Amino acid sequence: MKKISLLIALFALSFNVAQAKEWKQIRIGVEGAYPPFSKTEADGSVTGFDIDLANALCAQMKAKCTLVKQDWDGIIPALLARKFDAIIATMDITEERKKKVAFTDKYQHIPARFVAVKGAQFQATEDFMKGKKIGVQRATTMDLYISDNFPAAKIKRYGSADDAYLDLKAGRLDYVMADSAAITDGLLGKDGGDKFAFIGPKLNDPKWFGEGAGIAIRKRDQDLAEQFNAAIKEIRANGTYKTIQDKYFSFDIYGEEK
Amino acid sequence: MDFSIIINEYQFYLEGIWTTFWLVSFSLLLGLLIAIPAGILHSSEKWWIKGPIWLYMYFFRGTPLLIQLFIIYYGAAQFELLRESWLWEYFQEAWFCALLAFTLNTGAYTAEIVRGVIGNMPKGELEAAKAYGMSAWQILRRITLPNSLRRALPAYSNEVIFMIHGSAIAGVVTIVDITGAARVVNARYYAPFEAYLAAGLLYMCLTFSVIYIFRQWEKRYLES
Repeated sequence: MKKISLLIALFALSFNVAQAKEWKQIRIGVEGAYPPFSKTEADGSVTGFDIDLANALCAQMKAKCTLVKQDWDGIIPALLARKFDAIIATMDITEERKKKVAFTDKYQHIPARFVAVKGAQFQATEDFMKGKKIGVQRATTMDLYISDNFPAAKIKRYGSADDAYLDLKAGRLDYVMADSAAITDGLLGKDGGDKFAFIGPKLNDPKWFGEGAGIAIRKRDQDLAEQFNAAIKEIRANGTYKTIQDKYFSFDIYGEEK
Repeated sequence: MDFSIIINEYQFYLEGIWTTFWLVSFSLLLGLLIAIPAGILHSSEKWWIKGPIWLYMYFFRGTPLLIQLFIIYYGAAQFELLRESWLWEYFQEAWFCALLAFTLNTGAYTAEIVRGVIGNMPKGELEAAKAYGMSAWQILRRITLPNSLRRALPAYSNEVIFMIHGSAIAGVVTIVDITGAARVVNARYYAPFEAYLAAGLLYMCLTFSVIYIFRQWEKRYLES
């Protein structure tokens, strides 16, 4: 009995030691369907702001990173199931998500917006939105925002933002709500995008949209979060962040300094 | 493990059960209306009757239901001509596309069942009917159909169950059926085990009810 408890104690100890390590190999979950942050190229590779940022952070931390593509729906369960160690997928830091995972500091903060056919009517009131078909990506901050604020609207939930744009183009939806930068790149800047335009105000109420997007990690891996936080600060300071940002955006996407 | 999620979000599942129920029921009903004539006419000797039916059954049995749904839902939206016609009023609704895909799919499979049981009619009964001087139509209506549809019951109960399970893909085109409800709940609470287990139990309840009903029908029509 004593031997067993000793063994367990030893095991626990070794575990603790292993945990305190500096992360040299990190598997990062990315989405691949949310341009310009993350998109899948014709040859199957994943590119985008999130991807470049992940690579820059890894280079800064001198860690060897593997990117794992994962659908948005299953991205948090997959993190918890240890299929990867961190999520870099424009995930807003919200109270609801903090129940399951921990977050690093924000690495960007972009307001959400509605998009519709040019010249469409719009009022952000419950009465006006009644029966309107609004497309969102399932389980995003926008999904919750619409569900809470416009319960009488017909919410259509999609697996990816790209699917929602398809249905907006087909006339199945009145509005789509998503990150403004994602809409610019995924819809407005593409073929046939000239028929659509932003509508309504920029939305970033922290109650729904959180405090920006961060890197999600398992709660026990606080050391990894600190490693990422340090790296985010460093690449913000040495200009790497700006280089990556300017490759995809013509405006500042970090928001206020923390 | 936290099953209070399911209880809190029961209205999603309630909506899901209802959607799955009517979607599958209507597809089966409409599918049957296609299947019986298609199954009978399949044995026609005229190529211009047999050809299109063969092609229809071959296509819908030869491709996955998911592909058929994608072709109808996303594919149809591609054509300007359709988008501007009155048909678009229906095609823009996800439920219509799902109903159409499911109906055509189950129609093809059921037509194959009907074709099979009609082909296996006991020769003696048909000869007896002929000897009584019945016309071909009368034989079909009085002898062939009642006899073969009875014999089709066990195979058809399988098709109904497959359809219930197959309808789980309706969720991919934004329909909140049982699976769609589970996906919403899972995505919101990150509780895949609870969300999908609840969905699984609901499908099991539906399936067992179907099995029970078919048992009763088989007792009544088959074991006499």
